[in-house]
Amino acid sequence: MADEQQVMDKPAAREIIAPGYTFGTVTDQIATVVLTKKTPLFWFAGFGVGFSLLLVFLYAVAVLFDRGVGIWGIRTPVMWGFAITNFVWWIGIGHAGTLISAILLLLNQRWRNSINRFAEAMTLFAVACAGMFPILHLGRPWLFYWLFPYPNTMGVQPNFRSPLVWDVFAVSTYATVSLMFWYVGLMPDLATLRDRTGSRFARFVYGIMAMGWRGSARHWSVYETASLLLAGLATPLVLSVHTVVSFDFTIAIVPGWHSTFFPPYFVAGAIYSGFAMVLALAIPLRAAYGLEGLITDKHLDNSAKVMLATGLIVAYAYIMEAFTAWYSDNVYEHDAIWHRMTGPYKYSYWFLVACNIISPQFLWLKKVRSRPALLFLSSIVVLIGMWLERYVIIVSSLAQDFVVSSWGIFQATRWDWATYLGTIGLFLFLFFLFIRLLPMISIFEVRTLLPQAKIEETQG
Amino acid sequence: MTKGLYGVVAEFDSPSDLVRAARAAREQGYRKLDAYTPFPVEELTEALHLHKNRLPLIVLIGGILGGLTGFMLQYYVTVVYFPINVAGRPLLSWPAYIIITFELTILFAAISTVLGLLALCGLPMPYHAMFNVPRFALASRNRFFLCIEASDPMFDREGTCSFLETLEPREVSEVAN
Repeated sequence: MADEQQVMDKPAAREIIAPGYTFGTVTDQIATVVLTKKTPLFWFAGFGVGFSLLLVFLYAVAVLFDRGVGIWGIRTPVMWGFAITNFVWWIGIGHAGTLISAILLLLNQRWRNSINRFAEAMTLFAVACAGMFPILHLGRPWLFYWLFPYPNTMGVQPNFRSPLVWDVFAVSTYATVSLMFWYVGLMPDLATLRDRTGSRFARFVYGIMAMGWRGSARHWSVYETASLLLAGLATPLVLSVHTVVSFDFTIAIVPGWHSTFFPPYFVAGAIYSGFAMVLALAIPLRAAYGLEGLITDKHLDNSAKVMLATGLIVAYAYIMEAFTAWYSDNVYEHDAIWHRMTGPYKYSYWFLVACNIISPQFLWLKKVRSRPALLFLSSIVVLIGMWLERYVIIVSSLAQDFVVSSWGIFQATRWDWATYLGTIGLFLFLFFLFIRLLPMISIFEVRTLLPQAKIEETQG
Repeated sequence: MTKGLYGVVAEFDSPSDLVRAARAAREQGYRKLDAYTPFPVEELTEALHLHKNRLPLIVLIGGILGGLTGFMLQYYVTVVYFPINVAGRPLLSWPAYIIITFELTILFAAISTVLGLLALCGLPMPYHAMFNVPRFALASRNRFFLCIEASDPMFDREGTCSFLETLEPREVSEVAN
């Protein structure tokens, strides 16, 4: 078995971390970003944008609480509008973090070690943004706890046969498990920060958060078991979450939704947009903090390949969507796909096809994959495309379903946009706080990538 | 003689030196050993003869409890507490329960993984004697420590110190309790 692993390690090992690093330099390079007193201009710029948009969000939500969901463009028959579009989009973005931290860990893909931390943080914050929308969309958001089964004086309980209730359980489980996985991963690094910081206050806070971690071999052996178990639990969980999200649509009989291929289609789309977000975050971060030695071109290349592969699955799903509509020989299914391509939402539809199917084809070229600027651009295009995909699926199917007399067109209002852009602000706000206060790269896992970490057996 | 002493600790530069030292100490007959490293070193499990941990069992029990909770909750609500007759369909609609049963299985298993990890490691523990060693802060950066604890039957202040010196460490120091 040892031989097999050596063979696997060889090709990747040289490229996933630049040569010349030692345990000390790796630790210091990542820890200084947090422990330095000097905050770079890049951070203020990013945090400033995030904070401004967060204020927009708070304002939009305040107005929503005051005047109700009527400030959004949701009107019969399109009652889901932006809120559910944004929910599905954000949840999907989160999925790449869990994929990187859990699935790639189980598959022994060691290149993940330097990108898993911030990808997991991305998951957490994306889920936080996603969770906002169904709650705000409730109409009376302050009663959100009615979604959970608890003994109450009304004598009623949630309907456990409804996918919307499944969603509550899936998303809250996902958020909880992601948070725990992230925190467990942080513990050894919090101990490093506790031991490295010069400030008493920081030592106290990091010390409390590290829970007294001291790197004992006994602890490490339990810790390794725990990470593997959490990864094993998170893997089916992440696949189930977007499956359950897709059930919100497939269990309904609305033409354009009622389809058995939605779960894999949604999961692939989630990973697609998630990796786009990973690239969109990693490329500016590594440039701003000079982390090219740790987040190397190899990482960008691999992420781009995952994006290309999932993009192709999504492209296949678009084709199958049209095929099943035609093959069903059902007039409503025919019309649903026809309206999508030629109806009032045709520009959105063809623009999403251009973003999601045509643009990623450039990633076949090594030249494109090795140019961070181009990769950044293509990941933004994919993020826009995936948002449009969710928008078109939700809005166009609801706008024109069965009876022509009950059709209606959705028009987004400025409050729709304010809430959507506001959650991007919330995401950036949390993310920039994270990179300032916690190590954005898992220090102890990067140490294991160094050649010095290999035990040389010289027994006499 | 060993009062007020937690043990003696030797500091090494590389994980390979530490593993070699751990094996030597084991061979010498020391049993109350622990190593402190900035990242997991698999070989130490075997060098220190660490037991297999019981975490998987805890997680299994947590998962089973979670699954049962999920299923029984839905059974109780839909069949006993709040039955709704929808065109005479059976109240025990188990296929619809699968998803929440699954989610709660994962949730309970994950929570028991984390709590089990903390319990088996005895964390949170803000104070530990090892933190009294000034250079121990480097155990979370780039140094590797081997500690022979005072509770070891073979422990002897001078003898153990001079034994550790033979393993060519950077430094040997005593750990105050």
